[in-house]
Amino acid sequence: MSQLSVKHLLGIKDLTLKDIELILETATQFKEVINRPIKKVPSLRDVTIANVFFENSTRTRLSFELAQKRLSADTINFSAAASSVKKGETLLDTVNNILAMKVDMIVMRHASVGAPHFLSKHIKANIINAGDGTHEHPTQALLDSFSIKEKLGSVAGKKVCIFGDILHSRVALSNIFALKKQGAEVMVCGPATLIPKFIADLGVKVEFDLRKALLWCDVANVLRIQLERQTIKYFPTLREYAQYYGINKQLLDSLNKEIVIMHPGPINRGVELSSDVADSGHSIILDQVENGVAVRMAVMYLLAGNK
Amino acid sequence: MSKRIIIDNDLLQIMLDRLCQQLIESHDDFSNTVILALQPRGVATGLRIHKKLEKATKKKIDLGYLDATFFRDDFRRQAGPLRANATKVPFLIEGKRVILVDDVLYTGRTVRAAMDAMMAFGRPKDVELLVVIDRKYSRDIPIQPNYVGREVMCQESEKVVVDIKEIEDKKELIWLVKK
Repeated sequence: MSQLSVKHLLGIKDLTLKDIELILETATQFKEVINRPIKKVPSLRDVTIANVFFENSTRTRLSFELAQKRLSADTINFSAAASSVKKGETLLDTVNNILAMKVDMIVMRHASVGAPHFLSKHIKANIINAGDGTHEHPTQALLDSFSIKEKLGSVAGKKVCIFGDILHSRVALSNIFALKKQGAEVMVCGPATLIPKFIADLGVKVEFDLRKALLWCDVANVLRIQLERQTIKYFPTLREYAQYYGINKQLLDSLNKEIVIMHPGPINRGVELSSDVADSGHSIILDQVENGVAVRMAVMYLLAGNK
Repeated sequence: MSKRIIIDNDLLQIMLDRLCQQLIESHDDFSNTVILALQPRGVATGLRIHKKLEKATKKKIDLGYLDATFFRDDFRRQAGPLRANATKVPFLIEGKRVILVDDVLYTGRTVRAAMDAMMAFGRPKDVELLVVIDRKYSRDIPIQPNYVGREVMCQESEKVVVDIKEIEDKKELIWLVKK
């Protein structure tokens, strides 16, 4: 028997190293499943899952939906734009109404930090956090670790640098927790205005010089500038940002070393990554997307498996 | 917990040889036959039989590992999920004769799940089951093996432990363990 220590996946912070290892190991088996001629297993055939998205998403939502279908779960989709949320219904009421229709698991994305934690205290279903504001995005961090492990053999001892908008990034925070728990060295790099104060307290290095950070790392996880979350100006122009923090082929070639390039998507081509880097052999961006389905299958399988 | 040996090493080697002879008798040169060893405990037996058969027929025979964890019928009915093992079936079984290999046949539920799992790789011509130990009178579903090392009658409080190694070993034994 092998089960997770948690009933919900709210954040990487709550997971133990054993949990992370179990999820990644199970995901390896699911990756084999999704590469078969028949890509479906019947494990979750008596499980109903609601995808509740209060915030826009393409990749994560498609990935979750595909993972659910591959596991034979029944799914319903809900997006806030076309719902009674607009009529003034509270989050708890919305979710309780969905649960009244006998739903076993909720996958939720919400713009407010802690929304899934709040729900988990009030409802019985398993909850998976698919991103809560600027807080955590646990499945993204798990699939990033899975992809690093697949490419480099292990996460422990590897040097991973996260570039860009650390301040607004839930991917960065979840990745820091996941990587540190697995024994990787972590650095963050970006303009000083986008690096949160006291982030070094999480045990990460801070670097403001792109070239120095690239020289240090084995893996570069490049994040998007989240203009939609920036209420004030953090840097003069995107063009200036691209000049100081954009990664291009010329720069990578001049370093004379192999760096694995990752990006959680969507990419702003020409800003944080140039096209020749995003599409190069160093980039594992599309592997991340494929691995996302396998990792989400593993998470839902393991959460649903607890009686 | 007490345990006693029910099949010693000499007898075990004779048994594996006999199972291989029976397979050759009904599968001729194995040109259209594949072996699927069930994860986790059928793998060692599968490897041993595969090696013996390749030696005897002087032909390459396809061997795959099949994990039925995601096809089990007790998911969400036990305290937690079982740990999944790797499936490695690098060939299609469409139109092939399949031999499923496992160590102990007990309730038959694992074999049922394995037959479901197998179908993802094609529609076989026919399917046979080889087990080292058949625990008689303990089936939950009507599944019977085609090739049996030894039939054993034991109680529910007892467990049969097949200690077959991937490479031939003098320590290989079969135990009856009282829980």
